[in-house]
Amino acid sequence: MTPRTRAIAGSIALAVLGGVMVVAVFGLEPFGHYPGPYGDLVARIVPDQRQATALVSAITFDVRGFDTLGEEFILFAAVCGAAALLRARRRERGDDAPRPSRPEPSFAARTVGGALVAPVLVLFAYVTLHGHISPGGGFQGGVVGAGALLLAYAAGQTVRLKRGGTMAALEVTEAVGGAAFLALAIGTLVAAGAMLQNDLPLGTAGMLLSAGTIPIGNIAVGVEVAGGVALVLAEFLEHALLEDPE
Amino acid sequence: MSVLAYLVAVWLFVIGIYGVITSRHLVHLVTCLSVAQSSTYVLLLGIGYRDGGQAPFYSDIETGTPVVDPVVQSLALTDIVVGATVTALLLALAVGAHRRFGSVDPDELTSMHG
Repeated sequence: MTPRTRAIAGSIALAVLGGVMVVAVFGLEPFGHYPGPYGDLVARIVPDQRQATALVSAITFDVRGFDTLGEEFILFAAVCGAAALLRARRRERGDDAPRPSRPEPSFAARTVGGALVAPVLVLFAYVTLHGHISPGGGFQGGVVGAGALLLAYAAGQTVRLKRGGTMAALEVTEAVGGAAFLALAIGTLVAAGAMLQNDLPLGTAGMLLSAGTIPIGNIAVGVEVAGGVALVLAEFLEHALLEDPE
Repeated sequence: MSVLAYLVAVWLFVIGIYGVITSRHLVHLVTCLSVAQSSTYVLLLGIGYRDGGQAPFYSDIETGTPVVDPVVQSLALTDIVVGATVTALLLALAVGAHRRFGSVDPDELTSMHG
């Protein structure tokens, strides 16, 4: 099939599909008239029974906790797959192959990048730890944490992304985060009788130590996402470094 | 226009899939897939929106205040992070395809057909 016939056939199929979808959305509730009931039930139940003020995190790690466990494994598998694929290249070239030298980053990049690493790590901890109180949580915080590695890279501080060094540390970080969430799931299954049942002391809503297992899940996922996203970024950067600039 | 948000979702999905079908570059293809995927966020958040609803966080507002649906926000947020890593996996596959076939045009990866 030539690209042209494929484009024509695809356009016809998409026109039909799009038309059906347009008809379908006119059957939805009008925009702004949320029909419920689940969001309203959660808004009524969670502050009272879970002492969590952030409904989104409470859903992710408590109400829908089992589903999040599955999503976490998708993330873990995707990171492992990307890292394995990118490493195949490195094995071909050999770990000790001479790598083309990178141009020295400018003074501005080194200063700003280096100065921002610590504040970004603090932001990572803040966003992750307050996930059950205010907007934020493990998924958002983890990406912020991975950003710290990019800044360090921009500042030219991670020239030695070799196996046994930074890569291994990131692998362990990701695995520990994933294992912690799994341990939380199995632990609650054994101790409370249902997976991710929130059976810990709930405390008072709005306090840092409250909402039972929700902040634990946030921390575990925050560590895993930070390690996983940073690992993928580091593998891509390492891959780019191996390519000879032509 | 009470269905505009939903129509945006339909448009993003259709244009993303059209890009996937007609793509001549694997990186472009992966990006188009992300565009199609983002239509689900627009649709979910559009369904969960309520006129005058507050953000679903009771840290600053009275408990019981009408809020927008937090369930769809939870779905969108986990999918954004997981989707980003899946995109990274697809890009790594694109790197591998370039290494194997010396091309990033999907039409030139012909030795896959035997």
